[in-house]
Formats: sequence, structure tokens, C-alpha cells
Amino acid sequence: MYDFNYQRASSLDDAKSKFSGADDARYMAGGMTLLPVLKQRLDQPSDVVDLGFLDDLKGISEDGGNLVIKAMSVHHAVNTSDTVKSKIPALAHLAGTIGDPMVRNRGTIGGSLANNDPAASYPSAVLALNATVHTDSRTIAADDFFTGMFDTALNEGELITSVSFPIPEKAGYCHFPNPASRYPIVGVFVAKTADGPRVAVTGAGACVFRVPEMEQALASNWSADAVANVKCSADGLNEDIHASPEYRAHLITVMAKRAIEAAG
Amino acid sequence: MPQIRMTVNGKEVSGEVEGRTLLVQFLRDHLGLTGTHVGCDTTQCGACTVHVNGRAMKSCTLLAAHADGADVTTIEGLADGDTLHPMQEAFREHHALQCGFCTPGMVMSAIGLVKDNPKMSEKDVRHGLEGNICRCTGYHNIVEAILDAQTKMGA
Repeated sequence: MYDFNYQRASSLDDAKSKFSGADDARYMAGGMTLLPVLKQRLDQPSDVVDLGFLDDLKGISEDGGNLVIKAMSVHHAVNTSDTVKSKIPALAHLAGTIGDPMVRNRGTIGGSLANNDPAASYPSAVLALNATVHTDSRTIAADDFFTGMFDTALNEGELITSVSFPIPEKAGYCHFPNPASRYPIVGVFVAKTADGPRVAVTGAGACVFRVPEMEQALASNWSADAVANVKCSADGLNEDIHASPEYRAHLITVMAKRAIEAAG
Repeated sequence: MPQIRMTVNGKEVSGEVEGRTLLVQFLRDHLGLTGTHVGCDTTQCGACTVHVNGRAMKSCTLLAAHADGADVTTIEGLADGDTLHPMQEAFREHHALQCGFCTPGMVMSAIGLVKDNPKMSEKDVRHGLEGNICRCTGYHNIVEAILDAQTKMGA
């Protein structure tokens, strides 16, 4: 790892000011992606601004019909929160599938979303649940947030503060994990929301995406059978040593069926 | 360079580190606590697991500066004099190690698992150990030891 200037943020404003005052800074939330990237010398920031001491950015609450999770909440907190387990159990389940116990004690929802790894778990929940991402300056709808591989609608220096999830009628998540990394080779989150069914897929493509054909099928018949015959195209899906595009396309349907069964 | 101060195994320690200094480097190189191992150095094998403010974490993927002010427990801080921690004793009883390289991380992770769920099934233990790799493939006895220790820790 190349050396960098370590800066600890004492507040949201302090974080932004330290970021903008540096030549080429990176924010660090839990560091579960940033530190491995730096250790491999894939990046060489001048400064790392540590958000880990911002306790105001931790916490989970229910606000009206929304579940609000602050950005620095770790996966373990989401996985074990009574509020999450009672309001959106599929989200608590998803948080418990990320990495391993030690990673879940450090990794944060804000960090995961800002990084937008093609195989990250949280983006599928945010997109399927039609959540809203709150930043230090605005709110961004889930449909507008994820813009491409490791890319989001966030501006340079903009910080996620919380995510609000409208509580759905029902929701389910199922993923097929890579046995070594535990990242989903394909993960599907399904939700029966006030705006109709939403289906979001992670791991399969360059960026999380919705499956309109499945959503239409579920609108008239919420059941695993409804999506069983919806075949996804392999065009543009990820190809690597773990799975071919065709295999991933097939997995989308299989995982969607299981996610719906899990949702009930 | 960041000046840091933390409690390690009940003792106040301090030092000056580089921004990039990892917690495991601070523990091993600055404090001489070499019981915490670096296996893969890529957040996968869990040999570097320590407890930070009571939670199990991989110290190869945590900046020392980030642990400033924290309460850290390493494998050296478990035994009470010559009396082993029940988890260490269970590992000894069940011969839950072959080469021993992964053992410090396994023990630290296992204590964290029992703390979170004192009524784990064998399946829970195996699932909970996903972040710890034993290349001697000695998982069977490790799982046995953790289940045994869980009973003794709850007694």
C-alpha cells in the first residue's frame, strides 16, 4: 500500500472540507473495499478521509412507512436489528449474507452503495424496494442512483447520509454465492411494493438492473410460477471463470423463483 | 503521522504510525504481539482476527489509526495467567489444530460467534466460520471444539 495522508472526519462538514481540501482524496467508510484496493496498489489517493468516527451517521429507525438506515450502519447491525427484521426481513437476511462475520462488523451500507460493485448485495435491495438515497445535499431515487459498473449518480465529494426504504407488502432475496468470495454470482431481490412488483438483479451484469418482464408477470400473479417461464437474455451479462453469461441468465430465473418463495 | 493511543489486552499503549499502517502491523511490529497472524493479507483467511470494541474484525484490513481510542483484544489477552480461556482449552482438548497457523484467528472468531449466539448448532458454527480458512482442512475438530466451548462458556 502506498502511503497517504490519514485524516479523521469529526463531522459531515469536516469530512467534506477535508475531502475538498486534498489533492485527490477518498472517503473511507468501513474500508472493506477501499483497503484491499489500496493494498493491491490499484489506487493511490493523496488523502484518506475516515468517516468511521461519525456516530451521527449510524442508526436504524422507522419513520412513517419507511425504514431509515443511516449510511455508516454496519451489515451486522442491519442483520440483527429488530426493526429491520420485523419491517423488511428480506433486507435483514440480505445483510447477513454479505462476506463473513468480521466483514459484517466493519462494512457499511453507505460504503457498499457508493462503491456499487457489480456483485454487491445491497444495490439489489435498494432498487427492488424503490428506496431513496439521501446525501448531504439532495435525495436520489434508486432508479437514478446506480449508473454503471462502480459508478453512481454521486458527485465528487458528495456523501450518502442515509437510505430510506418504503416498507413493502412483502419482499424476498435469494443469491447464488461464489463459494470463495461469497459475493453473489447472481442475486435477485423481489418486492411487492405500493407501486407494484419490482425485481432487481445483482451480480449478473455490469450494474444492478430490473427485469420488467418479471415485474409484469408478477403484477397479475404473485407466484414463483409466474416468473418460471420468463427467460432472461444472456446478452451483455458478465462472463468470468465462475460462470458464463448463459449460466447467469438461467440463474436469474432460478433465484427469482426462490426469492418469491422466500417472500411468501 | 498519526499519533494513536488504544487499550490492548487491558494495557494502555500508544505510538506514532503511518497513515497506511494496519492494525495488525501495529500489534505485531510495534507492540511485539505476534500471536495475531497475517495469512492471506486480503481479508479472506481470518488469521488476523482480533476484537475491536468487543467485535471480531480482520486486523489486516483495518488501519491502526482507525483503532485510535479502541479497546483491542488479541489472542495474547485471553488466558488468565496459566488458565486458558475456555475456547483455548476446548481447542486443546479437541486437538482443533494441526499446524496452528489459523488457530489464533479461529479462536478469536469463535469467541465472537458464541457471544453473538450462545446456542449455535453445528451448521451455525460452520456458517459462522466462513471468514476463517484452515489449510490443514482441520475444520471437523475446530467445530467440535467450538460447540464444546459454547456449552462451557454458557455454564
